[in-house]
Amino acid sequence: MSEIQLSPHPLSIDACYASVQDPTCGGICLFVGTIRNHNKGKSVTHLNFESYAPMAEKEMKRIADEAKSQHGLHAVSLHHRTGELAIGDIAVIIAVSSHHRAAAFAGCEQVIDELKKHVPIWKKEFLEDGSYWVGARP
Amino acid sequence: MKQSHSILCFGIARDITGSATITLHLRPRPKVLDLRTELLAQYPAFGELVSFAIARNEAYADDEETLEPGDTLAIIPPVSGG
Repeated sequence: MSEIQLSPHPLSIDACYASVQDPTCGGICLFVGTIRNHNKGKSVTHLNFESYAPMAEKEMKRIADEAKSQHGLHAVSLHHRTGELAIGDIAVIIAVSSHHRAAAFAGCEQVIDELKKHVPIWKKEFLEDGSYWVGARP
Repeated sequence: MKQSHSILCFGIARDITGSATITLHLRPRPKVLDLRTELLAQYPAFGELVSFAIARNEAYADDEETLEPGDTLAIIPPVSGG
């Protein structure tokens, strides 16, 4: 089972966890990405996530399915927030369940790494003195 | 007779073009590479980015793919989700 969600509403750790829970699994690995208040020595006030939703959802599904089959996982759930987020808000949650823990750790790490490389979502960071698209320019 | 393609712009691509959708006129049966070349000619600021990809029908496209009329096209500047 793999399940994805791209949502402008606050994400739920409980919902993500519940969607992968299973009596055959001995381990569930959760990754929660949150908004930090600094980047490269500057104070961040808030962020905005924009997405190309139909393509982002396809890429998220592909990444979740690949991690599941490559690591023999029971289930993968990948939730990503869009819109304006404040410091401390949850931007992304990944939940992975497997029979044994090693596969869950490896699968979870693969999902966040691949998401950061391929999913068409863009982060605009707002600082005290301006804003910029993260990672767009050298 | 040139072929018109409308292209979706996201993130910094929308800032560069000033619009959520642009139209480019390309030779008949153009390749993705032709689109990239025309885009850089009209908006040289794309050359200042780390990179940019083209999506065709909601999937990453290779430079050698041929564009068909009616394809859904998008400029994908460096992604930064997570």
